[in-house]
Amino acid sequence: MADKAKDEILHDHNHDGIDRRGFLKCMAWAGTGAFCVMQGGVLKSYSLSGLAGLKAKEMKGELSFVQISDSHMGFNKPANTDVAGTLKAAIDKINALPTQPGFILHTGDITHLSKPEEFDGVDQLLKGASAKDIFYVPGEHDVIGDDGKQYLERYGKNTKGAGWYSFDQKGVHFIGLVNVMNLKAGGLGSLGSEQLEWMENDVKHLSKSTPIVVFAHIPLWSVYPEWGWGTDDSAQALGYLKKFGSVTVLNGHIHQTMQKVEGNVTFHTAASTAFPQPKPGEAPSPGPMKVPAEQLRSLLGIRDVNYVQGKHALGVTDSTLE
Amino acid sequence: MKRTALTLGFAALAILVIMMAGRSNAVGATMEDKPATQVKIDNFVFSPNPVTVPAGATVRWTNQDDIPHNIVSDDKSFKSKALDTDETFTYTFTKPGTYTYFCSIHPKMTGKIVVQ
Repeated sequence: MADKAKDEILHDHNHDGIDRRGFLKCMAWAGTGAFCVMQGGVLKSYSLSGLAGLKAKEMKGELSFVQISDSHMGFNKPANTDVAGTLKAAIDKINALPTQPGFILHTGDITHLSKPEEFDGVDQLLKGASAKDIFYVPGEHDVIGDDGKQYLERYGKNTKGAGWYSFDQKGVHFIGLVNVMNLKAGGLGSLGSEQLEWMENDVKHLSKSTPIVVFAHIPLWSVYPEWGWGTDDSAQALGYLKKFGSVTVLNGHIHQTMQKVEGNVTFHTAASTAFPQPKPGEAPSPGPMKVPAEQLRSLLGIRDVNYVQGKHALGVTDSTLE
Repeated sequence: MKRTALTLGFAALAILVIMMAGRSNAVGATMEDKPATQVKIDNFVFSPNPVTVPAGATVRWTNQDDIPHNIVSDDKSFKSKALDTDETFTYTFTKPGTYTYFCSIHPKMTGKIVVQ
């Protein structure tokens, strides 16, 4: 990742902002923060390590925002005994971006055990971010023991149901979904019929040229169902988005960056700011992965997203906390 | 002979008293005659699974992962709080039947207790 040229998209045969090499690079699990530039509706992806070398005009989107995920405040096991320190490092990274993001998306697992002091700890640290608007969706660790009551009290203002909502920023329609509630034995993440119905109505009135960004904690594509890395009814949700030319899906939960393109939809999972998890199937379980201390920050990160009107995709750049 | 029988009778009584005292202590300590049947949670798996126990038995789950898990019966008849590392949850099964349960945080994790 030291060579910035390696992080740029070199062969864009489909004019979709993604080449095979770039795609494989995005699949490389070791990526951590992403910088996403939405240019003409297509997310362009750069690794954050290559950002310094990019020209300002390449970076300058009409809309830019940052995704962070899985801060797991309260976690204190050997995989990372200082999750507050690494979240602080992520915020420092955001504040140092050449193009300051308009807002931050946090895609869940804000806390480790849904404790009030854990939520408070994250809130306190995020006050240090230059971007003041922060949009959340809950992870399964944020709704433990109270069916999400505390989460909703803190972040649920202007949301529906278990905390889902949508908003518009500079022509881009954002949809925050909740897929960690009322999970069934043996199942995956779940959106539920009430939320699906809301979503169908939410996008019905939008023109097909509207760029869509969907964000939720558990991946909305089948990453590795054996470890619960997928959402039972995500196909139905994505079905409502078929008419749109540009759909970008941003998820967390699996503590590693991955990317997949399916028709008009680009899926991205984000790195955690707390601890890495193993690649699908490459460990007995998806539990926290302990790595040598000097490697930890190269496996954590943030993601930056930019959008330029008139172009197709959003640009997505992951960067590590190193 | 009579004397011997009497001595034996006293001895038996004494043993009975001691046993009852012991039983009384056991009840106070665990509410159960037998130790709990152990189910460990390790690498996102309940084991052993399934578990067969007699009616009245207590099952104790212990989380050995670095990630919290909980124990929720499918019919919601019992539910633990989230167990952090090394925390335990115990439940006593009084009625025979088959009880399926899962971790509602990681619903791929499922288990079964058969009470006879």
